[in-house]
Amino acid sequence: MTKTMIAALAAAMLTAVPAAAQEGSTLDARVNEIFADVTGPFVSFIFAPLYGTDFPWIVMWLVIAATVFTLYFGFVQFRYFGHSIRLVKGDFSDPDDAGEVSHFQALATALSGTVGLGNIAGVAVAVGIGGPGATFWMILAGLLGMASKFTECTLGVKYRNEYEDGTVSGGPMYYLSKGFRELGVPGGGFLAVLFSIFCILGALGGGNMFQANQAHAQISGIVGDYPGWITGLVFASVVFLVIVGGIKSIARVTEKIVPFMGILYVGAALIILIVEYDKIGWAFGQIFAGAFSGLGVAGGLVGALIQGFKRAAFSNEAGVGSAAIAHSAVRTKEPITEGFVSLLEPLIDTVVICTMTALVITISGQLIMDPQTGRFVLDEAGAAIATIDGNTGVALTSAAFAEGISWFPYVLAVAVVLFAFSTMISWSYYGLKAWTYLFGEGKTKELVFKLIFCAFVVVGAAANLGPVIDFSDAAIFAMAVVNIFGLYFLMKVVRAELRSYGRRLRSGEIAAYTD
Amino acid sequence: MTTKLVVGLDGHASGERALDFAVTQARLIGECDLVVAYVIEWSPFSFHSAEENAQRHKRREEEISTVMTRVIDPAVKKLQALGLTVTGKVRHGDVADTLNAIAKEQKAAQIIVARSSEGGFSSRIFGSSTFNLVKGADVPVTVVQ
Repeated sequence: MTKTMIAALAAAMLTAVPAAAQEGSTLDARVNEIFADVTGPFVSFIFAPLYGTDFPWIVMWLVIAATVFTLYFGFVQFRYFGHSIRLVKGDFSDPDDAGEVSHFQALATALSGTVGLGNIAGVAVAVGIGGPGATFWMILAGLLGMASKFTECTLGVKYRNEYEDGTVSGGPMYYLSKGFRELGVPGGGFLAVLFSIFCILGALGGGNMFQANQAHAQISGIVGDYPGWITGLVFASVVFLVIVGGIKSIARVTEKIVPFMGILYVGAALIILIVEYDKIGWAFGQIFAGAFSGLGVAGGLVGALIQGFKRAAFSNEAGVGSAAIAHSAVRTKEPITEGFVSLLEPLIDTVVICTMTALVITISGQLIMDPQTGRFVLDEAGAAIATIDGNTGVALTSAAFAEGISWFPYVLAVAVVLFAFSTMISWSYYGLKAWTYLFGEGKTKELVFKLIFCAFVVVGAAANLGPVIDFSDAAIFAMAVVNIFGLYFLMKVVRAELRSYGRRLRSGEIAAYTD
Repeated sequence: MTTKLVVGLDGHASGERALDFAVTQARLIGECDLVVAYVIEWSPFSFHSAEENAQRHKRREEEISTVMTRVIDPAVKKLQALGLTVTGKVRHGDVADTLNAIAKEQKAAQIIVARSSEGGFSSRIFGSSTFNLVKGADVPVTVVQ
């Protein structure tokens, strides 16, 4: 009965589309204007530059945190890298726990929330504004971010809530409140509430509007321009069917297709790189030269660095706290094992996939370079590198792949839509967990959040890329402000776990179940 | 020394045929215990949404309880009524690997299963559970028609 009503509602929404299409562009413009006005002050605060510089304080905040965690845990991302792989393979999994969420499944779920548009559109934004040099800073941010991810995911499992019915809830809101209480430090409850508010905004921004916006850009790039809210309405209807209607089959199919899309994307990038192997050395030369000189991009060296770090953080979400929500479902006697597994996420997401995208864009020649000076030519506004067809974001990545494989934009369009959809489903869950932390569990309360989430899909698809990407970044980074602040207090808990685990691993007390 | 036989059940009539054959074998052997096992097909390398993961433990408990009630408990009762010593097991995993693991763990002399009712694309590509069991088991396997 409910499913029939939902299907009828979705059909009604879709039939209303053509009638209103004429007013489309006006409506888009209005949505965009209101959205930019409302979110402006919040965005300005988050990206405010450090006093006397052009460097946003938030980027420094993320970099310092990742560096502190890397040093504090003695380069855990490198020392325990091999062990992390063995954990994902299941070598240390108790056979009696078969049927529970495995380390691999938690990693795959968390990755499906992060691998997506950040790797395709985000990298194009970074390279388009900061030049190939941004890739160097992106890789560095990815490597350092592995330690941030390790810290938050260990705490996510350690302080999660396990309910009597067997379900679990975890994430920063739980470790901030419970962890601080355990240490006798005041303010944990306040931080948890603050994090939850930002997490809801992040879910509506980066986890929703940015995805809808870029999915629309990709579809309209292929079928021709049409009002964004139409894409928004279609997407919102499908998201509605899954998260409100409980039609799990759609989510299940997506969860199975998305990993293959990811493999297909990496495979296509690899083919292009193999065919153009003679340019790889040159591309890396551009990456290194651009990282330290700027090569004429907007903002020079600092511009490349800011873009690299910003887009890496947006892509792998290290320090943001979202992964801690996804990873907390694993049932393990050793919370730190989930930390080890999670540190692979920034590696796969940023160091491998983002770098491939950046290499393909650099090699494609889409970025216009002055052959005389070897420096990039800026666009009319002087804010980004000029591209052959004026493409930015996902359209730039699409054009770059088309240079190597002409039909790939069609595959990419499908991949972008699926990635966007799967990221939305993941973030609807993260946002919901924050929502229920604030307002309590309950069907009506959950429904209110889910309806708001669907409405923002339409707003995101209708708005321009600029305001959407600014708000998405600001909301995600606001989560990191609170989360990292808490991690500084709680990192000693993780170090105690790390030392204990390391000792038992060396003594053989913790041993693999398989050779 | 007591001989142990592992019987793989699937909740269908084919499982019942395996069970009947095992009873005959146990009587012929004399001093023989039976282990009736049901493996819930599960892979640690499958993909799930975050919500499914959060509910996974609950679902696992429900799956085990359902199989216990519907398949294992009736089989155990039926065999006990016939005067046999029997234990029931429910596990998650790959059917062939898990049945083999149970047999090794129980030091069983043999695994008895019925010919699989599986079909379709995946079994054509990867082989049915029965075929995989026969191919990879460490103890003798009897497949009942």
